[in-house]
Amino acid sequence: MAKIEVRNLDLWYGDFQALKEVNAVFAERRITAIIGPSGCGKSTMLRVFNRMNDLIEGVRTSGEVFIEQKNILSFETDLVDLRKKVGMVFQRPNPFPLSIYENIVFGQKIHEGSFNRAKLDEIVEASLKSVLLWDELKDKLRKSALSLSLEQKQRLCIARLIAVKPEILLMDEPCSTLDPQSSARIEELMRELKNNYTIIIVTHNMQQAARVSDDTGFMLLGELIEFGRTEDIFTKPKDKRTEDYITGRYG
Amino acid sequence: MRKVKEFIVEKLILICGLACIFFVVLIFLFLLKEGLAVFKIVSPLQFLSGKSWYPISEPPQLGILPLILGSLFVTVGAAIISIPIGVACAIYIAEVAPKKIKEILKAGIELLAAIPSVVLGFIGMVTLVPWVKSIFHLPTGLTALSGSIMLAFMAMPTIVSIAEDALYSVPKNYKEGALALGATEWQTIWRVLLPAASSGILAAVMLGIGRVIGETMAVMMITGNAAVIPSSILQPVRTLTATIAAEMGEAVVGGEHYFALFAIGIVLFVISFAINVSADLFLHRSK
Repeated sequence: MAKIEVRNLDLWYGDFQALKEVNAVFAERRITAIIGPSGCGKSTMLRVFNRMNDLIEGVRTSGEVFIEQKNILSFETDLVDLRKKVGMVFQRPNPFPLSIYENIVFGQKIHEGSFNRAKLDEIVEASLKSVLLWDELKDKLRKSALSLSLEQKQRLCIARLIAVKPEILLMDEPCSTLDPQSSARIEELMRELKNNYTIIIVTHNMQQAARVSDDTGFMLLGELIEFGRTEDIFTKPKDKRTEDYITGRYG
Repeated sequence: MRKVKEFIVEKLILICGLACIFFVVLIFLFLLKEGLAVFKIVSPLQFLSGKSWYPISEPPQLGILPLILGSLFVTVGAAIISIPIGVACAIYIAEVAPKKIKEILKAGIELLAAIPSVVLGFIGMVTLVPWVKSIFHLPTGLTALSGSIMLAFMAMPTIVSIAEDALYSVPKNYKEGALALGATEWQTIWRVLLPAASSGILAAVMLGIGRVIGETMAVMMITGNAAVIPSSILQPVRTLTATIAAEMGEAVVGGEHYFALFAIGIVLFVISFAINVSADLFLHRSK
């Protein structure tokens, strides 16, 4: 089932066109990877889905992006609701300089006016369990999140997202600062999460895309060149440019 | 030849550096030498907690409690006014204001910092003081409140610019993370940016207060200079600094009064030093 549908999406930073006529359908509860060389617009595209590009001055978009039949690019879109539904994991893990506990209940506290302690405890436990951190951290929930290792921080950021109960997880090169072992474990986590979430991951690491994703889109200079099942993209690409990229002729 | 030049320059710079420290130490020693002499006449406890300051009566009464309280009233008042406004202004400049307004505001703040204190005191005397007098129906507008308001203007530039720096240096990805979780602009500021910048903001507040305590000219002109223990912020007070400035000219060199004024200097020095050190600690913690 289609979770996100992109129609004729164009995006400009000032005079520079970063996305050109993008059309794509992202399926529900699958992992879709967006690959391409640096500057091809893959992160930009990801940031359209939760409207993070709004933070940058001089950004213009045209076209439509439907999430559950609603065009999120329209003026009426409530950004708070959108971002609750569409969460994002960043390249550099960015836990807040608060305790581990406070990081996870952050979403709950800002979205629900009132909250009781028992419910928050429950949320913390459930979220940490779903990112497989509970056993490691259950005794030091009051410690600063900044004291964790990079991998733990990234997991914590995912837990913090899950606590808000999103439907879509956007991951912007979530493993680029991690070592190979940590990356592998995060990938494992992603496979587990896809049972409940629709995941879109941007990565410059082709092997990672091949390993972890169900669908893959290849972007080049703002265009979505090819989009399809991962195995097809990597074994029998239709476009010459895709083939050149995945065989390592540039990028 | 080149080596000789390097050597000379190096030593010259070294001497300049040492000279700074040397003079500070000299000043401090002089302050101690002149100030501690007063404790032959009164005990330190009597000096600090004595309720009357009549330095030229016979025998002189050298209790600086009214002066300490005067400084405290003015400083606390100025802090209450300048901290919320200053921090809010810093938040606006760092996070909310569009680029153009930001530039204008920053220039404005710098301009405010450039106004000589005697000018602020003068403006306060002719505008603020009559205003305080008529609003509160007081016999005189020369009160601690007037001093507080005027000094708040002097503390604000320090508070704003350092707090703004602290907020600005909070990593941008904290803000992105919060917004991406669906936090509003204000929730992001209140729950993430302020806690992250808290030590820098505390340092800003400390340095602002430090400036207020050390300020002399403006307070002397508008606080009324009555060395009595104030019972409300609407009464005239006299601060530690104003006392020294006002009385040093008429004190006999080497007399009890003279020593007492230097001892007040030591008290001020200790207060400022404590404030600056704690501000420094906060700043280091934020780095």
